[in-house]
Amino acid sequence: MYYTPGMLKSMKRVEATREFRLTQELPLLDPVQKVDLLENHHPDYIEDVFRELKVGPSKGTLTPKEFASVFEAYSAIDPEEFDLSTVDYDVDVLVVGGGGAGASAALVAHEHGADVLLVTKLRFGDANTIMAQGGIQGADKENDSPAIHYLDVMGGGRYFNDPDLVEALVVDAPGALAWLEKLGVMFDKEPDGTMVSIHGGGTSRQRMHAARDYTGGEIMKTLRDEVQNRKIPYVEFSPAYELLTDGKKVTGAVLHNLETEEYLVVRAKTVILATGGAGRLHVDGFPTTNHYGATADGLVLGYRVGAPLVFMDTIQYHPTGAAYPEQLLGQLVTEKVRGLGGQLVNTDGNRFIYELETRDVEAAAIIRECSERKKGVTTPSGYSAVWLDTPIIEVLRGEGIIRKRLPAMYRQYQRFEIDMAAVPILVYPTQHYQNGGLEIDADTETKIENLYAAGELSGGIHGRNRLMGNSLLDVVVFGRRAGKAAAERAATIKKSGKLSLAHLTEFHEELEGVGVAHDRIAPMLLPDYRRSKATEKKLVVLP
Amino acid sequence: MAEDMATIYVMGKAYEVPKDLTIMKAMEYAGYRFLRGCGCRGAFCGACGTVYRNVDDYRLRVGLACQEVVQDGMYLAEIPFFPGNKAFYDIEDLEPNSETILKLYPEIFRCLACNTCTKACPQDIEVMEYIQAALRGDIAKAADLSFDCLLCGLCAARCPAEIVQYNVALLCRRLYSRYIAPKAAHLENRVEEVREGKYDKELADLKKMNERQLAKLYDSRDIEPGD
Ligand SMILES: Cc1cc2nc3c(=O)[nH]c(=O)nc-3n(C[C@H](O)[C@H](O)[C@H](O)COP(=O)(O)OP(=O)(O)OC[C@H]3O[C@@H](n4cnc5c(N)ncnc54)[C@H](O)[C@@H]3O)c2cc1C
Ligand code: SF4
Ligand code: SF4
Ligand code: FES
Repeated sequence: MYYTPGMLKSMKRVEATREFRLTQELPLLDPVQKVDLLENHHPDYIEDVFRELKVGPSKGTLTPKEFASVFEAYSAIDPEEFDLSTVDYDVDVLVVGGGGAGASAALVAHEHGADVLLVTKLRFGDANTIMAQGGIQGADKENDSPAIHYLDVMGGGRYFNDPDLVEALVVDAPGALAWLEKLGVMFDKEPDGTMVSIHGGGTSRQRMHAARDYTGGEIMKTLRDEVQNRKIPYVEFSPAYELLTDGKKVTGAVLHNLETEEYLVVRAKTVILATGGAGRLHVDGFPTTNHYGATADGLVLGYRVGAPLVFMDTIQYHPTGAAYPEQLLGQLVTEKVRGLGGQLVNTDGNRFIYELETRDVEAAAIIRECSERKKGVTTPSGYSAVWLDTPIIEVLRGEGIIRKRLPAMYRQYQRFEIDMAAVPILVYPTQHYQNGGLEIDADTETKIENLYAAGELSGGIHGRNRLMGNSLLDVVVFGRRAGKAAAERAATIKKSGKLSLAHLTEFHEELEGVGVAHDRIAPMLLPDYRRSKATEKKLVVLP
Repeated sequence: MAEDMATIYVMGKAYEVPKDLTIMKAMEYAGYRFLRGCGCRGAFCGACGTVYRNVDDYRLRVGLACQEVVQDGMYLAEIPFFPGNKAFYDIEDLEPNSETILKLYPEIFRCLACNTCTKACPQDIEVMEYIQAALRGDIAKAADLSFDCLLCGLCAARCPAEIVQYNVALLCRRLYSRYIAPKAAHLENRVEEVREGKYDKELADLKKMNERQLAKLYDSRDIEPGD
């Protein structure tokens, strides 16, 4: 057993109250209590988390400081000195990002006859998409319809969503699911072929489709395999580092080969950004569920050429990130655990919130319990956390249910000798999803001509709050739309564009104008988790 | 050495690291910054396959760097890329039977049933069983057994018959889902309805509504009972 003596003592209190809690009913918060809780404890409402952008197309809007630091940063490229005369790749459509949106876009652009190149930062498929467990929405059942889905999405996003984008999402959803089914994604099905579908937070119909608890993984593996089968060229470990323009329209990009450190110039008629999320910026110090390369690169690139951002002042924190053991810190403990009856319990063994409130409310309640009320359990690395009582699920639903319904999760804890069917686990909110991003239209074009954006880096589809299952859907729907639109546009462009970094000169001047220090460089590409003791003694001898 | 520290040997070089770290975090602690060999950091992507041996033990072991906790005296190296053979095919042109699999991956005939792959798999998958199922043409079984595969490559790295198990598995899952599992009839219907424009009017009306009107509908919508 992995727990410290302090934890074991607190765990005893959790066990002592379990029987009482079996029948304890907690009410839902009323609207006033909800607002009060959010305004005082949800990071989205904490003024100190944010900063106003001083430069660029969204100047004057608020965004978390960590985002502002990468948006208001210089490029490692000096636009005056940089040589663009050798073009390494000349293509119709450049897709930047090898996640679900990028792969979907590449496939569809290729189907539309375009000469496509996909470039990605890590391995193809090492992305947030492959980590999605829960499911993908789509109104395909008798009792459901795109209109009902529309209302759920709008209500979930607190009516801030762009109606055109939501319409596209819900209308294309059945077609997107059918496309995946035909490509050979192994959805959970009844013996007669009916899709198994359940509820997710904020759904009014059971429309969450899944592939066991590896839904995004199964989709990603299939899409990647298909890109490979169709021999669509892709280059790994070569992130896009800067976009190129002809002064107005986007005409290509500069890549950076992470291993040889060589740069490569791509000329493209159209460019699709699909670089995903930004969890690794660690807003307000939060751990994250996101993959290693989720560092907001596409946002930085798009922002520099003048594409505005929307809803960058709202981040989705998943209420239950693993808080212990340290090795699992920040990783997702799926909502399903609470759906099955798991309870949130403080160090005294008491519940403090009804478990099926929306994600923002749950997260705020846990933060309040640990900070203001000081009822958290302290972990060895100094974090405070609350218990998620999982054994109670087995009491409620029968022995063995956890292994059966949550195999991936069970296996993960078992690796650290924690049997979550027998003992509770420790959780704390974790940075999960970027609700906003680059502003796009229903064809995914940004405000900059020939620059498209699809997937988690785009904004507007989900308003101020995304519902579970709608982002996997979003990456397929808008990835496909991007592929089609970018290929069709490319077909109308006869002559390849001029390649220049003039936008960067301008952007750098703007930065200097507001006094941004020169050592702030972006995009980040990869976070740095080396111990400072090791990096402080860094000595570069092979320049 | 402090009690809570361990000595690990990264590609032969010794570092002292906290005992309870994963291999991945221990390497970062030591000063490594990953370019390769690190993706999801949570057992989903298969980027971090690692081969290691513990001191005084002749056995070679394998695991995922993001999951495996270090041990004192561990010798390790990551295998972030495995040059495994992949067949290229058009899924629309295939038939879901053993001939298809054997034509694309004839090397599975060479399986010695040694079970080395199963012992290697960090996902506890019955790898040999799914290869055997694929050999027999039991595609449904191969698809089912291999479902949790991360394509980490560790099984293939150890296979004496040079079989690339994970690619065979992926082919089986795609064949199963494309041809053997019955199609979702309700999905096909809905796609057709959307094509005919059945929901266009209703959606156009919803799109015109302001926040108050939408909220009224939203707050009074009926919710299907769950399981
Ligand atoms: C743990 C977890 C669980 C989730 N569960 C669900 C769920 O159940 N249902 C749901 O709908 N959603 C879920 N989500 C959200 C959803 O998975 C993501 O929002 C979505 O998959 C994002 O897809 P994407 O293609 O936009 O980005 P990603 O899949 O992240 O792909 C982005 C790609 O771009 C690459 N890249 C980054 N920067 C550059 C650069 N500079 N140049 C080139 N390439 C670059 C990255 O390496 C990556 O390969 C979950 C997310 C996480 C993290
Ligand atoms: S079957 Fe092979 S590739 Fe798949 S997870 Fe197991 S060891 Fe890795
Ligand atoms: S390791 Fe290779 S030869 Fe041995 S059982 Fe597995 S597939 Fe067959
Ligand atoms: S980093 Fe993805 S499986 Fe280890």
